[in-house]
Amino acid sequence: MRAALVIAGQEVRVGLRNRWIVATTLLLAALALSLTLLGSAPTGTVAADPLAVVVVSLSSLTIFLLPLIALLLSFDAVVGEQERGTLILLLAYPVARWEVVVGKFLGHAAILAIATMAGYGCAAAALLLRDGIGDADWAAFAAMIGSSILLGAAFLALGGLASVLVRERATAAGIAVAVWLVFVLLYDTALLGLLVADQGRIVSAAVLDVLLLLNPADAYRLFNLTGSDAVSVYAGMAGPAESALAPALLVTALVAWVVVPLALATAIFSRRQL
Amino acid sequence: MTLLVSLSDVTKTYGDVTAVAGVGLDLHAGESLALVGHNGAGKTTLVKLILGLIAPTTGKVSVLGRDPATAGAAELRRALGFLPENVAFHGAMSGRELLAFFARLKRCPRQDLQDLLARVGLADAGDRRVSTYSKGMRQRLGLAQALIGAPDLLLFDEPTSGLDPASRSHFYDTIDSLRRGGATIVISTHALAEIEGHADRIAVMHGGHLIALGPVGELRAAAGLPLRLRFTVVPCSTGRLLERFGDAVEVFERSDRMLEVGCRPEAKAALLRGLGELWDLIEDVTLETPGLPAIYSKLIEREDTP
Repeated sequence: MRAALVIAGQEVRVGLRNRWIVATTLLLAALALSLTLLGSAPTGTVAADPLAVVVVSLSSLTIFLLPLIALLLSFDAVVGEQERGTLILLLAYPVARWEVVVGKFLGHAAILAIATMAGYGCAAAALLLRDGIGDADWAAFAAMIGSSILLGAAFLALGGLASVLVRERATAAGIAVAVWLVFVLLYDTALLGLLVADQGRIVSAAVLDVLLLLNPADAYRLFNLTGSDAVSVYAGMAGPAESALAPALLVTALVAWVVVPLALATAIFSRRQL
Repeated sequence: MTLLVSLSDVTKTYGDVTAVAGVGLDLHAGESLALVGHNGAGKTTLVKLILGLIAPTTGKVSVLGRDPATAGAAELRRALGFLPENVAFHGAMSGRELLAFFARLKRCPRQDLQDLLARVGLADAGDRRVSTYSKGMRQRLGLAQALIGAPDLLLFDEPTSGLDPASRSHFYDTIDSLRRGGATIVISTHALAEIEGHADRIAVMHGGHLIALGPVGELRAAAGLPLRLRFTVVPCSTGRLLERFGDAVEVFERSDRMLEVGCRPEAKAALLRGLGELWDLIEDVTLETPGLPAIYSKLIEREDTP
């Protein structure tokens, strides 16, 4: 594990050097601030719960953006090293193959966590200065940041898996784009189409819950939009739309989306002929 | 002498392609071995087998008494230093930062890094980004990382390919100083003319097979190549020399004032002694022993002849 942490540290250093961390933080901060400061129009000046609106807006944005950033960071984790010719040297050190995969993942996760906390933290600070925030809202906001990092980690693991499956960087990039399109854009549309066509004959509420857990983006969306009463009102998820999926189950699903692709990537890379 | 590396009847196949076939080889502490052969002869595969990056299809590889390809043998690589062919680094980092990273992976102290940078001639460039380095400088950095922690065994894969003459010369100076210090070194190369004199033994690889192994002198004898004697003589005297030589030589080139002949190495002394009073006719004589490129070509030719 020690070598994995050394590799993770190096990834963070490279992320700082090539401005990945700064660029991602600035992008997230700019979007979060504009949503926070300009997006308060729907609530008007009498709104009791500005942070709840921010959680809804930011989590909707996160679903599109963080998976994309995560996949861009991780799709060439291994295949990129192989193509640059740096992998063989790394593996000639006292490093196990799984430590390369896990170390890269931990480094990228740290980059994503720093950028998300700093970027979204700006939005929270702006709100705090302007309106002041209650304790319950803080909890929802903190849960949003935590689950955003988890969502990013799930897509880092999927990107890492793409990077050990193929031998060319361009192919890994193609897989990463496909993963983003399927999970972030197409899955929900297809699910909606299925529900309309099915008219409740096969796809029961329980089946729908399982189908939602099979997409990390949906698990994240449900976790944040139904997480607290105040938020679910603004998200239009209160009352009849409530899901049977408990927050703990949704978090477990997100964790599984991190662990399973990572374990698969490790197993595949360990068997790879160099 | 301690046995560091032992390969017994090692074969490595990739699908239908046999990269290494039935190779047996021992390497003792303090020895330097040059693996020579064409591209695709199996040299890099052999280096990867010793590093444990790949496992043999059949046969046994042992490095410092352990199988390097087993999952638990990653620790073994603390005792190895490796310079891959066309070594590459992350261009955004400085030479010193990269060496610090590799030292952390090997759990070696980082205070020795400046000495290491100085040793490879990068003392002043250590804080520059590697993307600004020339190929020769990157190769020197590659050499520096291989030397971290004073490894028991150093493996260099095509270390001088693409380098300019000054960088090559610097590399071999470093190799010679490591050899004087008692390092154990394996160099895979196809720069045959260069490697002669920088290795104790030569292992000739051809089509995955180890076709010859030994000091250059032994390989020269095995190749059976003639020595070349080139005489510059006074006009019209080459015939008298040839009369004296008789059947002991083969004529390569002959003109009015020049005679080039080949003779078997063991016949050399007798031939020169036999010149006797004819020395007066000779203005100059040079003697050329066949170099590694000629020995290699002969051995390969013999191997390819059905």
